[in-house]
Amino acid sequence: MNAPVPYDHEIELSNVLERCNAAARETAIPSQDELPEGFSGTLGHFPVYFPEEIAHAAGLLPVNILGGGNKLEMKHADARMGSFVCSICRSTTELGLNGTLQGMTGFVTHPICDAAKHLAGIWSRNLPDQLAQILYLPQNVNTPGAARYIAAEYQRLRADLEKKTGRAIDDEALRNSIRSYNANRRLLRELYRIRRDEPWKVSCTESYLLLRARTRMPCEEHNALLARALDAIRHRSLPAQDKPRVVFVGGFCEQPPLEMLEAIDETCYVVDDDILVGLRWLTADVPETGDPIWALAESYVERSDASPVQHDARKMKEDYLMDMLRKSKADAAILTAAKFCEPGLDEQLAWSKHLDAENIPYLVLEFEEKMTSFEQMSMQVETFAESLLFALA
Amino acid sequence: MSTATLQHPAPAAADDFDPRAEGQRLIKEWYAQLETANARNAAVANVFVMGNAVEILRAFDFELVFPEINSLQTGVRKASEEYIRLSEDYGMSPDVCSYVKADVGLILKENEHPAGRIPKASLAVASNMCGTFIKWAEIWERWLKTPTFVLDLPGQRAAGWQVRPGDAQHAADARWVEAQFQELIAQCERITGKRFDMDKLAEVEARVNKMVDHWNNVMALNRQCPAPFNAMLDGLTYIGIMNVHRGTEEGVEFMRRLEEHLKAKVGRGEGRVAEERFRLLFSGTPCYVSMRRLVELFETWGGVFAYSDYLTFAAGGMDATELRYDTSRPLESLAEVTALAAQRGLSNQFFAHERLAQQIKDYEVDGVVFHGIKSCRFVSSGMADTREFINKRLDVPTLYIESDLIDPRYWSDAQIKNRVDAFFEALHQRGGGAPLARKTVATA
Repeated sequence: MNAPVPYDHEIELSNVLERCNAAARETAIPSQDELPEGFSGTLGHFPVYFPEEIAHAAGLLPVNILGGGNKLEMKHADARMGSFVCSICRSTTELGLNGTLQGMTGFVTHPICDAAKHLAGIWSRNLPDQLAQILYLPQNVNTPGAARYIAAEYQRLRADLEKKTGRAIDDEALRNSIRSYNANRRLLRELYRIRRDEPWKVSCTESYLLLRARTRMPCEEHNALLARALDAIRHRSLPAQDKPRVVFVGGFCEQPPLEMLEAIDETCYVVDDDILVGLRWLTADVPETGDPIWALAESYVERSDASPVQHDARKMKEDYLMDMLRKSKADAAILTAAKFCEPGLDEQLAWSKHLDAENIPYLVLEFEEKMTSFEQMSMQVETFAESLLFALA
Repeated sequence: MSTATLQHPAPAAADDFDPRAEGQRLIKEWYAQLETANARNAAVANVFVMGNAVEILRAFDFELVFPEINSLQTGVRKASEEYIRLSEDYGMSPDVCSYVKADVGLILKENEHPAGRIPKASLAVASNMCGTFIKWAEIWERWLKTPTFVLDLPGQRAAGWQVRPGDAQHAADARWVEAQFQELIAQCERITGKRFDMDKLAEVEARVNKMVDHWNNVMALNRQCPAPFNAMLDGLTYIGIMNVHRGTEEGVEFMRRLEEHLKAKVGRGEGRVAEERFRLLFSGTPCYVSMRRLVELFETWGGVFAYSDYLTFAAGGMDATELRYDTSRPLESLAEVTALAAQRGLSNQFFAHERLAQQIKDYEVDGVVFHGIKSCRFVSSGMADTREFINKRLDVPTLYIESDLIDPRYWSDAQIKNRVDAFFEALHQRGGGAPLARKTVATA
């Protein structure tokens, strides 16, 4: 009789990460036969934030459409979108035109930038069977009435999904979804707490893979994976290394290639970031009682993160970067922006001027999801890390 | 009105109104007024051409600065490159809006503009109609400490989206816009120290109503053949006045005389081009450094831009006579009309195929020219795909050219000329182009 294999946290984490890596690298959406139990279709949504709970309660698997990465061959989109449009919008268009996203029930984009809003028109012209639309999340959340307006938008979306699926979304179903997502939010907050307090236990790349997995699986499955991962991470006994602590900002929409994050992890501890911030947009639990639509809308206004693509007079852009630096006790910042991303590039400049004034070291990087060469970037990051260590010594 | 015949031609009398000269005079006077604004302690607001709440600001006697117009004026006056380079030296990316870069150059030049000194603003109103407006206003907010109000205007949510006055959706959108207007009014009161005057708002609205009536009549006159004006050259002067003088007596008078002038032109059967052979629609924004050259490339072939969707979105969508303010309930009506106009302006871009299909029909055009702007994602991101739709699904010939708003480094004369020539040759091959053969000229 074989002796029982001792439980190995490292193997456990490795298994979870392998599963997450596979999910993260997947651009296709599950076919009708592959849909998880309880789901009748998929609802694609573009970054930054989308109230996944509404799709989840409608029995539609929320799928965060994050472009095509650096492996996708562009055959159609280059002729349909100008060369001056960011990679994530172009490759998303490619995935629509080449059939990869053809099976979705719907696709929702948001007013995060003008290129993103155009995706709704492109979808309606080329994939008219899908429920393609813009969900208007306001750029002015400071006026009383913002929550009411968002709630009305959510109700509209709810009614559209009901019509499309033929399935009513009752309040109790929504509350169940909110409960699942609240659990997810708690787990993600814990993941980021470990990143801040014990960054040697989990790298930015690993954390990203764990987070991104939610874009292709039901929230409940993701919760189970995260719980396993966090348990394994907590038990990890890795020694702290002599690396500077940095925050990484600029990954809120287009995705930095995995190799780029790995290059940064090599020499720095990334103690906080805004990567896929939309999946962590609500910073506290959504009320699980009362009107669930109102609870979601009110959370968007009162308990949400900050991003270059949202204007909120209470969240001055320099302030939230400084807040990130302070809370994570970071020594420096890595300011990135995706190529052709207007909000990102504008913000990057403002941040860099502010950090100059505050005498805080930073490194500016530009990236594209489709980039394949990282040698130069690795060298830049390494030199930056060394200069920081020298300064901190 | 139909393109085929003019039922009631206006009297064929020559008039002494020169829209271009009068437009230039009004713009010059406006800049002169701005130049003294700070010294006069006048309240000054930075606003954009779309979604700008001008009626409220006028009710508070704000002097209006249009940063987009400042930027395009650097292009028209061949000075834009200097301003753009200054901002790039400061650190701005080559990939962002060249209007913004010219404006940052203006800040770096301490507000010295080729048209005169631009005053410091006491308020900025940025709407979400173009995402860059918000980022632009954030620059002033950070750098110049300009108080900023972001006006969120809901747009078209999906293809085929129809919202009519009185619909539940329209009512909900208008309520949200009105709530924001209330906030804006409170902010204006704090800045100016004045109480909001509802009657004054109604007076401004009454003047806007008149302007919009004339504006729509002017646009409709270009459905005649030959077209009395070129939507991409003359039209730019008209839209400039429509924005800068929206709600002023001078604005009303300009539009009234313009309509009269163009009616007379139509009555005389006088077109913009001597021999109109092709009626075209221009989609996008012009390249202001080469605007005349661009129009000339088309006019030498007998092509006239009978319409441009620029005249829809740069008027904030106010290009429909049904969008009239009810001056007996000024604020509610302002919110209702703004919600509809904004949606129209946004639809013009994000679901452009629907609006273009209608405009192609209304102006009976032979082809559509798309002008992609390298640094403007609002105008350009969906343009090539829209072109494909118009070309294939509507079987309307199209041309796609690319340059920039005001960055002369992106204008390539030879390349654009080649493409324009090829386009007209293709139009000829389709059987078009016989001088005025299939069109009935309106005669007196």
